[in-house]
Amino acid sequence: MAERCELRCRECGKSWGNQARSFCDDCLSPLEITYDYEAVGKNLSRASIEAGPNSIWRYRALLPVDEVEAASLPVGFTPLVPAKGLGQRWGARHVYVKNDAVCFPTLSFKDRVVAVALSAARQFGFDVVSCSSTGNLANAVAAQAARRGFEAWIFVPADIEQAKILGTQIYGAHLVRVAGNYDQVNRLCTQIAEQHRWGFVNVNLRPYYAEGSKTVGFEIAEQLGWRLPDNVVVPMAGGALITKIRKAFDEFIKLGLVEAKPVRFFGAQATGCSPITTAIKDKQERFTPQKPATIARSIAIGNPADGFYAIRTIRDSGGWAEDVPDSELVGGIQTLAETEGIFTETAGGVTTAVTQKLLAQGRILPEETTVLCITGNGLKTTDALAGRLETIEAIAPRLEAFEAYSERALNATVSVARAAGVAQ
Amino acid sequence: MSVSVEIPTALRRFTDGVAKLDCTATTLNELFTELEGRFPGMARHLRDASGQIRPFLNIYVNDEDIRFLGGEAYKFQQGDKVLLVPSIAGGCA
Repeated sequence: MAERCELRCRECGKSWGNQARSFCDDCLSPLEITYDYEAVGKNLSRASIEAGPNSIWRYRALLPVDEVEAASLPVGFTPLVPAKGLGQRWGARHVYVKNDAVCFPTLSFKDRVVAVALSAARQFGFDVVSCSSTGNLANAVAAQAARRGFEAWIFVPADIEQAKILGTQIYGAHLVRVAGNYDQVNRLCTQIAEQHRWGFVNVNLRPYYAEGSKTVGFEIAEQLGWRLPDNVVVPMAGGALITKIRKAFDEFIKLGLVEAKPVRFFGAQATGCSPITTAIKDKQERFTPQKPATIARSIAIGNPADGFYAIRTIRDSGGWAEDVPDSELVGGIQTLAETEGIFTETAGGVTTAVTQKLLAQGRILPEETTVLCITGNGLKTTDALAGRLETIEAIAPRLEAFEAYSERALNATVSVARAAGVAQ
Repeated sequence: MSVSVEIPTALRRFTDGVAKLDCTATTLNELFTELEGRFPGMARHLRDASGQIRPFLNIYVNDEDIRFLGGEAYKFQQGDKVLLVPSIAGGCA
């Protein structure tokens, strides 16, 4: 394993070298990868990064893996879309969408973290990889394990979306549906990890896995033209992504790749599972766990592993956290689709609706540069839209049938608009 | 009164590798005191210097997070199964 990085306890600072472990035996706190930035910085420049592959592997110097096998997978480097339509609807001028709804290969940002975790799994000699997941991670582990020749055991809450179950089984993974919520699945996996010599991407490989999230931040900075935005809005489940985007920006500043500037971090949750936003609003240092009750299942984590650090990241940056009820998150999905042509899953609906709320509250200003992190694809959570879109009648394959239909449809639109008080 | 306690791997160096044991404690505070009495040195890994439960130590009683049961005020019932889990992982976004 790379000597330029090692595991260190986030609380007591004890060094743990490089190994498959996620917490400190002394104080039971989580471990974090730290780098020898002097060594890393020697051969790193904007030009050397730009000369790399169009994937997360262009940032390999700042990832805790050495091997190059994974480079054949073009994971990440997703579009940063200037969102003019969305901005116009909100009266904001510089809105961008980081679109991981199209991340390769399984259409969520989890492809990034899994790519890094499986490289670590290979280096630590694991044959079996595993995870607890609300669905997106399950898909990513199953697909990349298939491609890279690992056996995969995937644990999910029994009630996740059908598309995420199919999207795991199809790759030949062992799928275990657990009658419980994510936090219960997670606890089970922590126990299993003690009994089996498996590489659990989000348990014993978690420090390596979580580093993959930094690539979202690296890409945002590079794609903005090697500069940092004013605001980032990030969905929060376990809370790691928001802390890792912060770490990515800090690393780029430290290495002289971007100019230092204050960036405010905004966290987004569904009201039905909002331990982190609640702590921010109540001015608490630590969150109180919750029992999730939201259709935004991919972010329904009531006991977020990185909640404490997410709270600190948001507060230290001068940002804020907000949550929206399920009805508003569905509206967020529709808004993003109608204005930008991007179909996101429920978590993206949360991020979009929360950004709208933050603008309305004046916490984000219209002239600032704001990036929304869209982390998953709407085709995986179509159940959430049940009843929101009209059922379309079938017409006969004849021109007059179409003319009659289009007249009816236009009239309906006009009457809906009139009812809504829109001037014609 | 007897409750069973599962010791995580990280702390089994204090228990000679024993993973599960029975205790007579009726509260979490008593449980930690009893564990320290039997396995000197363990308590400082469960509580920090100010006596607070380590923030990343998760405690479950019969599959339920003790924070949903009243936390340190919870009174153990006969046969309760207590599980100690360091720094629970999972999640990412």
